[in-house]
Amino acid sequence: MRAAVVVFPGSNCDRDLAVAFREAGCQVEMVWHKDTALPSGIDIVGIPGGFSFGDYLRCGAIAANSPICAEIKAHANRGGFVLGICNGFQVLTETKLLPGALLRNAGLKYICRTVPLTVGTSDSIYTAGYEAGQQIGIPIAHHDGNYTASDEVVAQLTGEDRIAFRYADNPNGSTADIAGILSENRRVLGMMPHPERAADAKHGGTDGKAMFTSIASALAAA
Amino acid sequence: MKARVHVMLKDGVLDPQGEAVRHALGGLGFGGVEKVRQGKVIELDLADGTTEDTVREMCDKLLANTVIESYQIEMS
Repeated sequence: MRAAVVVFPGSNCDRDLAVAFREAGCQVEMVWHKDTALPSGIDIVGIPGGFSFGDYLRCGAIAANSPICAEIKAHANRGGFVLGICNGFQVLTETKLLPGALLRNAGLKYICRTVPLTVGTSDSIYTAGYEAGQQIGIPIAHHDGNYTASDEVVAQLTGEDRIAFRYADNPNGSTADIAGILSENRRVLGMMPHPERAADAKHGGTDGKAMFTSIASALAAA
Repeated sequence: MKARVHVMLKDGVLDPQGEAVRHALGGLGFGGVEKVRQGKVIELDLADGTTEDTVREMCDKLLANTVIESYQIEMS
């Protein structure tokens, strides 16, 4: 099972994400934003956290228009898996692979701490290692994580069981406590919290590890 | 030629920065500020003959996120 981790200027969680994939048994290739093709045989693309292009214009906006993103869109449209974490989630909404947008936190402060999340669904390769309703602790580290979408979109996400994670104690004003959502085919996940920062005992928590082990076992079986 | 693009959060989208500015103005003693919306202005120096339609395309593709933002273009 092979994973590609994209690196933009300003990405800072790319190596952490690569380590989390590798620890789960994936072969990982790093991909530069100017690359015009993904390595062949890639099962899943990881878009890491950070501050791509200095968050200029809007978080994720310039990254979403970089050459590699055209390839990521094509990969997703072929039914490929894509995991966007933090800035990666912002990039996914800017590419329109996921609906909605991430606004400035309601309290205007950058928030960096472990928060309780409620797993919304176990029906995806990302969340199959959790039980729906289970509470887990995952770090957040963002200034612009306030998820917003129209009432219709939120109703659709809810009705189709596509809210992967909700904040148990909403830290940033996100609509419907949304911390992470799935695409219609459940193969693209965007989330603001950082599971790769809770994947090793030395991180101070391992609640994120199940995401990577369940991705690896689902893709190894595929 | 130049274009000036005004990008604002759409009505109904919460603007926490505008709200913070409103509070700060109140703190300075300015009464009666009922609402503040904060946006951005983007100035473009363009080759002669660039059409407003092209600038609109720039807005839709990059300069604004039309999920949350609206824009206005001034050509001069």
